[in-house]
Amino acid sequence: MDLENQKRVKEFADQYGPENVVVLLGAAEGEASGLAAETVTNGDPTYAGPLTGVQLGLTVYHVCEPEVKAEFDPDVYDEQVSMMEMVLDVDDIINEMSAIREQYCKYLDK
Amino acid sequence: MKSVIKGAGYILVHTPDMVIHNGTTQTTELIVNPESEYLKELPSHIRSFEDVLSYYPNQVYIGNVTPDELAEVPQPWCDKTCPSNGRFGQFGQMMPQEEFLLLMQACDVFDLVKLEKDFVAENKAKLAENPLIDEAIMARITDGIESAEVERLVAEEHSEGLYHHDKLVGCVNRAHDIDVNLSAHVMHENIADKASSVLALLAAVKNAGIAKEDVEYVIDCAEEACGDMNQRGGGNFAKSAAEIAGLNNATGSDCRGFCAAPAHAMIEAAALVASGAYKTVAVTAGGCTAKLGMNGKDHVKKGLPILEDMLGGFSVIVTQDDGVSPEINLNILGRHSVGTGSAPQAVIGSLVTDPLERNGLKVTDIDKFSPEMQNPDITKPAGAGDVPLANYKMIAALAVKKGDLQKADLAKFTVEHGFTGWAPTQGHIPSGVPCIGHVRNAIMDGKMKRVMVIGKGSLFLGRMTNLFDGVSFVIQANSGAEKAAGVSEEEIKKMIAKSMKEFAAALLASEEE
Repeated sequence: MDLENQKRVKEFADQYGPENVVVLLGAAEGEASGLAAETVTNGDPTYAGPLTGVQLGLTVYHVCEPEVKAEFDPDVYDEQVSMMEMVLDVDDIINEMSAIREQYCKYLDK
Repeated sequence: MKSVIKGAGYILVHTPDMVIHNGTTQTTELIVNPESEYLKELPSHIRSFEDVLSYYPNQVYIGNVTPDELAEVPQPWCDKTCPSNGRFGQFGQMMPQEEFLLLMQACDVFDLVKLEKDFVAENKAKLAENPLIDEAIMARITDGIESAEVERLVAEEHSEGLYHHDKLVGCVNRAHDIDVNLSAHVMHENIADKASSVLALLAAVKNAGIAKEDVEYVIDCAEEACGDMNQRGGGNFAKSAAEIAGLNNATGSDCRGFCAAPAHAMIEAAALVASGAYKTVAVTAGGCTAKLGMNGKDHVKKGLPILEDMLGGFSVIVTQDDGVSPEINLNILGRHSVGTGSAPQAVIGSLVTDPLERNGLKVTDIDKFSPEMQNPDITKPAGAGDVPLANYKMIAALAVKKGDLQKADLAKFTVEHGFTGWAPTQGHIPSGVPCIGHVRNAIMDGKMKRVMVIGKGSLFLGRMTNLFDGVSFVIQANSGAEKAAGVSEEEIKKMIAKSMKEFAAALLASEEE
């Protein structure tokens, strides 16, 4: 994850409390989604950014996951996301994201 | 008036030592984690010049292998040897590091680049043999300085070291004592960019078959900025490269827009020529040292060579209609506007389907789309996927939503209407334009009629706006050439018949004598 974005995520977590922050991803691949999700939960796996060694445990979803889709107005989702839904390997993304969430998210039940 | 693509130049520079000393992934790691395993592992993953010559995507870039031929080679490509492994190609060349360091010195007009004298003596003749390098450029090469002086400059004067095979062979000095915009680091980055742009310009002028004096305007569309503390991005890379390339009748300016800049610059060049403002415009860009080894950590982790070891450069010559060269259709321009939004659907709509619909065309009327042409061999191991393929899928998906394509044909569309990516991940370099040389050939050969070039840019990286950007244009067969083709064939037959008759008559006459 971009170093500047890591900084911003960290600042939001400090400002609002990690239990009140949800990170929504739009990455194009399962692996990239997983890496970003790991960064905001278990820390930067590349040891390069401000989240290195910082285990925020934030709640994190990809915009194509069913839990997130259910929150949207269907018309807005159709206009903004449906084309990408057709293009992305959504199952792969769900697998990657679920694995990271189960392992590292601290606030899933709250 | 129409504007046409008269020719294009594509060059690559192998810069293995700059990967280690100038790529930001490596320089950042050196600051954050100097003892890292990555930095220790890195040198053993660097490719030789022979390796990069026989790398398929590089040979496509300089024009020795076609994109169609590349698509037939199973990925990954880094473990395969391209049978075509020359350093010169129909579009340009691959330059080795030692020649490039000399070219950098020749491109420096402020006496900032210093090379060690033995290094100069050893490599000067090699650069002189390069068919693109003329006597005027060679005359700019100085004899060099003692190695002890190079070491002193790096140790005491903040000079940026120039290395070859891990040995300090020169340096770039700072151009100001306190102005960070003129620091040795920035000057190194800018002179490397300028030198690769000069090489691309020379290749393009040669390939277009025009005289250097014909070029009236140059637009540089790279991603660097030159200026000082009072005007950080004052410019002008275009004119400074034109000076060294010997384009004495040209002025120029810099066009910036991250990776979208080349497409913006092509549209501007086409419009300048079509309007009659200038007869011949060169669009050019050199390479970016900061991006060398950008995804190196992933490549090393996966046991791959460092594949981002090439600086890229390209140049396209746009001229007034010559009746045969492919033309740029200024009626079919896509643009991502301020109000478009950032949803991929809106982006693809504004760049692809909207301009086509305005002209009564469908996506299937375009033979090939050329979006971000990043080499998937580089991006896939880094978790960024196959970038061109992702673009084709989005274009196809939007066509499905519009009812212009069956969902079952989505995969087929990506193959039939897309190229496999071959360009180095140098930001602006892979953005749409790498196809222009190959597309010009294919259109001239009648294999393609219309190709859409799409440039996209991540403006938010500059922290001035959160907006994304992009523009697109269509290259099509010369309408004059299409009409002329049938007529000229008839005429040629008539001319041959006539001269045969005359020849026979002359023969008979001479026998009678």
